[in-house]
Formats: sequence, C-alpha cells, structure tokens
Amino acid sequence: MSERVVDARGSFCPGPLMELISTMKVMSVGDTLELLSTDAGSAADVPEWIKKVGHEMLDTEQDSEGTWHIRVRKAK
Amino acid sequence: MRVLVIGGGMGGTIFANLLARRIQQEMKTGKAQITMLSASHDHVYQPGWLYVAMGRATPDELVREQESLLESGIEFHVDPVEEFHLADNHVKCKSGKVHEYDIIVISTGSRPVPENIPGLKENSINCYTAENAVEFFKQLSDFKGGRIAVTVGLPHKCPMIPLELTFAMHDFIKDRGLLDKTEFYYTYPIGRVHSLENVAKWAAPEFDRMGIKYETLFNMKEVDGKNAEVLSEEGAAVKYDLLVAVPPHKGQEVIEKNGLGENGWIPTNRASLHMEGEHGQNVIILGDTTNLPISKAGSTAHFEAETAAENVAATIKIGRPVRSYDGKVFCFIEAGKDRATYAMFDYQNPPQPKAPNGAVHAFKMAYNKLYWASARGLL
Repeated sequence: MSERVVDARGSFCPGPLMELISTMKVMSVGDTLELLSTDAGSAADVPEWIKKVGHEMLDTEQDSEGTWHIRVRKAK
Repeated sequence: MRVLVIGGGMGGTIFANLLARRIQQEMKTGKAQITMLSASHDHVYQPGWLYVAMGRATPDELVREQESLLESGIEFHVDPVEEFHLADNHVKCKSGKVHEYDIIVISTGSRPVPENIPGLKENSINCYTAENAVEFFKQLSDFKGGRIAVTVGLPHKCPMIPLELTFAMHDFIKDRGLLDKTEFYYTYPIGRVHSLENVAKWAAPEFDRMGIKYETLFNMKEVDGKNAEVLSEEGAAVKYDLLVAVPPHKGQEVIEKNGLGENGWIPTNRASLHMEGEHGQNVIILGDTTNLPISKAGSTAHFEAETAAENVAATIKIGRPVRSYDGKVFCFIEAGKDRATYAMFDYQNPPQPKAPNGAVHAFKMAYNKLYWASARGLL
C-alpha cells in the first residue's frame, strides 16, 4: 500500500479532479491519495466522483491557508 | 557553460533559440554552447492535426526540417537519448555517443496511448498523429449518419481538443447536409463539459444550441467493438456508430526507463521548472514532460521555455536565475469552422473566455502560419 500526494493547487486546467482521476488510474487497490486543491469546488466534486465510481473517501479538511486536503482510497 | 537540450519539439526549440539569441556573445567566444538532441529530423506543428482531420490542411504543411528552425551556432544531432546519468552530468545516445553538460533541459513531450484502454485503439479515430488525422478525415467523410460519440481519456494533450473536435465535426456534418441524420454525443471525465469552469459555462449552452448531447462524469474503461459501445468506470454505456477518441497520454518511454518519472512525467518545481529531488539543480523540465498540474499544451511549453531561457541566460551572465514561471497558458478554442475564442490563465487567475467570433478564428489561422516564427523564438 502506498500513499501519494497530488499537489493541484492553482490548477485550473486540467484541474484537481482530473489530476486525481489520472493518478488513481495508475494506483493499486488499497493505495491512498491526498489531493491538495485551492479550488473550493473540489470539496464537492471529488466526493461526487469517488462515490459514483465506488472508491472510498477518507477525509476532507481545509487548512489555515485555504488549501483543501482531500484523502481518498482506491477501492476497486 | 554547456547547455544540452533533449527534444526538438516546441519547448526545446523555443528555449534553444531564445537562449541562443540572448547569449550570442558568449557562444561566439566559446564561453557557452548549446547542443540539441532529437529523435527526428522533423519538427511538427501538432495543433494543425485538427485541420487535417477536417480536410482543411494536409500533413506536409505542418512539418519543417528541425535544423532549419534553429539559430546558427546551435549544434543539432538526430540521436535519441537512451540513458540519463544525471548524477554525472551526461547522457548516452542511441549511437553510443556521450554528451556532457552543465545544464540539461528535458523536453521530450508526450504520446497518445490508446492501447491502454481495451478496445479503444481498434475501434476509434483520433487526430494525434498525421496518419491518424488523415484516417479521421477519411472516416468522417465516409460517415453517412448515425451517432458520433466523443470519448476522453486522462491525462491528454491539448485540453481544448474535445470541444474543438466536437464543434468542428458539427460544422463539417452540417456542411454535408447530414445534420438531421446525425446525433452528437459528447462525454467528459468530470462533472461539466470542460475542465475550465468558465469554458464549460460557455460551451454547455453552445452544445444545447447546436443540439449536441452530453454526459459528464464519464471515464472510459473499455470499448466493446462488437456491440459498438463505450463502457465507463462509472458504470455507464454509450453506443456509437463512429467513435472519436481523445486517448490517454503518457510521457516518453525513455523517461520511465531511466526512472525519472512515473508514466514519463518528471516531478518538476512549479516555479523554477527544475527537476525535483537529488541532482535536479541543473536539470530543467519543459512542456508535457513535467508532472505539473497544468495543461499539456504547446502554449504551456512556449511560456515555460521563455522563462527557462531567460533564467539560463541570466545564470550564464550573472550567476543566478531572474524569474519564476507563473503558470501562464494561452489556448485558442476553435468553436467551429469559422469562429473561435481563447482561454488565458495562470496559477492565480482563471480564464474569462469571451463569446467566439470570426476575428479570433482569423487570428488562429494566421497563427498557424506564424508558428514557425514562434518556434524560432521571434514571436
């Protein structure tokens, strides 16, 4: 099991969710990923996609500088 | 100071030419030299493949001899690198020749890998090589009606191409009088029709106006050619009569083989453009080869190359770099055969695309010709 960090701060295109999807494609089942995003929309659209595909949301928090830290696990 | 450029695409070429112009004196006196290693004699203007796919250009119009684009004094060899020895500041080429350097710039680009999605390569068309763009035109020309589905893999080069292809095909089919026999079905990986929110806000109503149907949160998993349908990771299935793909991409194999970056993307500092990690202090990464969360596009490579050339010239002249890359990207968006708009953004500022018009399209058509001046570092 590995843990990855994808730093998508300041990414408008392809954007945090596309970065997350691209990275999850090359991960193994059980691996976790922490997405860093400055796009408030990530707090909603990442969980939506994770749920739709059937992966696992671990937690979501925003730090004092406004960066979202979204942790997910590849489940299938 | 020996500067070694790996890759003769947009990033490497613009970098080398801009740098050569800035350090003319140092090159004349032998204090600096620039060497470029490429896998090909040719330089290809890849954004032109869209026009080949629509029958509005032929592949030969998009190619120039690489050496003819380079400033005099730049040493050029067609000899692809096979081994990077970054700890020892040298590379080894296919010919066996070793090139030493003080600064290396790696700009080897990306490649489509439709074979990574089961069934995609054999059941779809795309416009990511000259041959594929010609085949695209042939199949689109032969199309007599039915459903044209667009499917998008991640990551991919040229983030505007899913929209541009769809708009262009719409006008192509309309001009052939087949619009009433054709259904366009556009799919996209995230929950809107484009990654850029403001572009999506503009494009979705355009799709509605043109009668183009779309489905979002659709990441292709495999293509079932027998039943002519694309299956998604989200559990959906989309039927097609003609399947148009934006295939997933990877970086070059040589990058992976040398352990420089997973999938061929090299970890890169977003401001300095230096390779992250050990031995990265004299290694600069440009264009698609970076792992930066920004568009894999020619304009990204162009603006990165400008920053890198200024910084390397300053390093040679005054001993340190002078500026950071700010994430600038400028992408034209063709919105059909005769209208276009554009998206310009950086790390801090999202794009604010305007309504498409004929003037921006005309400028894009002019830029397609002006590109060769841009590659020379003149524009």
